[in-house]
Amino acid sequence: MDINAFLGLLTVLVLAIFVGFAVISKVPTTLHTPLMSATNAIHGVVVIGAMVAAAALYANGAPAPWLRVAATIAVTLGAINVFGGFAVTERMLQMFKRKESPK
Amino acid sequence: MSVLTIVGAVGDLVAIACFIQGLILLNAPSTARAGNRLAMAGMAIAMIFAAWQTLGAAAVPIVVGILVGGAIGVVAAMRVKMTAMPQMVALYNGAGGGAAALVSMVEFYHIVGTAGQGDPVVRVSLVLSAIIGCISFTGSIIAFLKLQELMTGRPITYPGQQFVNGIVALAVAALAVWLIGFDGETTWWCFPLLLVLACGLGKLFVLPIGGADMPVVISLLNSFTGLAVAITGFEIDSTLLIICGALVGASGTLLTVMMGKAMNRPLTNVLFGAFGAQGGAEVASASGGPQNVKSTSADDVAIMLAYAQKVMVVPGYGMAVAQAQHSVKALADQLEKRGVKVSYAIHPVAGRMPGHMNVLLAEANVPYPALLDMEDANPEFPTTDVALVIGANDVTNPAARNVTSSPIYGMPILDVDKAGNVIVLKRSMRSGFAGIENPLYELDNTSMLFGDAKASVDELTAAVKAL
Repeated sequence: MDINAFLGLLTVLVLAIFVGFAVISKVPTTLHTPLMSATNAIHGVVVIGAMVAAAALYANGAPAPWLRVAATIAVTLGAINVFGGFAVTERMLQMFKRKESPK
Repeated sequence: MSVLTIVGAVGDLVAIACFIQGLILLNAPSTARAGNRLAMAGMAIAMIFAAWQTLGAAAVPIVVGILVGGAIGVVAAMRVKMTAMPQMVALYNGAGGGAAALVSMVEFYHIVGTAGQGDPVVRVSLVLSAIIGCISFTGSIIAFLKLQELMTGRPITYPGQQFVNGIVALAVAALAVWLIGFDGETTWWCFPLLLVLACGLGKLFVLPIGGADMPVVISLLNSFTGLAVAITGFEIDSTLLIICGALVGASGTLLTVMMGKAMNRPLTNVLFGAFGAQGGAEVASASGGPQNVKSTSADDVAIMLAYAQKVMVVPGYGMAVAQAQHSVKALADQLEKRGVKVSYAIHPVAGRMPGHMNVLLAEANVPYPALLDMEDANPEFPTTDVALVIGANDVTNPAARNVTSSPIYGMPILDVDKAGNVIVLKRSMRSGFAGIENPLYELDNTSMLFGDAKASVDELTAAVKAL
């Protein structure tokens, strides 16, 4: 990775951290559990990392069996994180669905 | 740049926009669901584009992994009880951390397999993401075991613990440095060893932390996984992973800091203080605990509640364990029929997860304007007739205000003792998770209603109805 590419990614990282703080600091306490659960699902994006890594591994020719297993487990864990995370958040938020009681 | 790559990059960009807008929508209860849906849509887009680019090369691991993992994740999410949410989120978080660590390992052998060394950025990223991912993986599993009560919620400590942890941490660091300089020829066997050691570190790290501090630990581990995912992004040159990881890392860190502030304890104390271990030992040896406690009956409490003007419910982990939220709502409905004003005082660290009580009460259809934060609830207590403490303990402990020797001295608490009457629903006189005596129980205006929280609340509802 050349230095420009690295600095570009680093810039993205730092800016994203600021965006994260700005967006999250406004979330009310009532929604902290769904928020945590939703961010938890979002880091499930690692499943895409697992897919890319698996593809790169196979592109080299047939990998050793134990590496195939490792790549499959990586995708599996990532998928558990994504699907489970979003499903559980959806279930939590269903509870907030009801209309605001007139005050 | 091929068309495929460009289309993929645009897909990632759309996904990122969906995630950020989704998080913005999570700012209000009325739009939160749309926010989660939008984030889901973003993830679907990103995954479809990724599948398009990768399926051709590695169809078997990807299809098998997504089908198996997706099925496990969704089925578990549908089956889990609302009260078990914190440990479920911990497990999913651990899965993400484990995935990040395994991706790093696969990438490592990919580089070794192509007889290369990779460049320094990639080597450092591989090692860091593997370590942090593993810590998150085993740390989350221990947090799950503690919350599920498959192991003791009390801190597990032994002499020389910090020393052992230090040695393991040093070993991890040394191996990491060596691996960063790897040449692919002599060090190929080190990577699994690094994973094993880092997993050990994650386990050792969470063992001495007590069950009551789990909200902080879960937030922190969530931010760890975010960090590991962001670093994984550097390995495979993916801005999508970097941005998602950074968003989660920032949110986890923010929640961790907020929890720490709510307990008035620095993070180091939460993580390394083995909070409650000492207190637990003291209580075990003490003879019987507090002496001047008044016990009361459901009928007496029902009369008190029915003729009150203002009742404040103070829920805690005990309500979650007994799954009493629906019964609490039923009682509140009965009282409101009689013109009693019922509100709920929520301490920021009540329960085992940030906002845990809010979710449970929302499940029971309690309107959220009735849920008061600590700052809003405390001015209300002096004019409250009855404070009904359901399974909350340490967050109501007045010792935090004035007993300088108390381990929780300085922690902001709910001022329940300022209410006209305090009714504490509790299973027994056993001390809370932190193992600290609560002088609230000995006050003149406090009465105890012993028994399972749900059974007690149901009795109260029946008694109020009968009046």
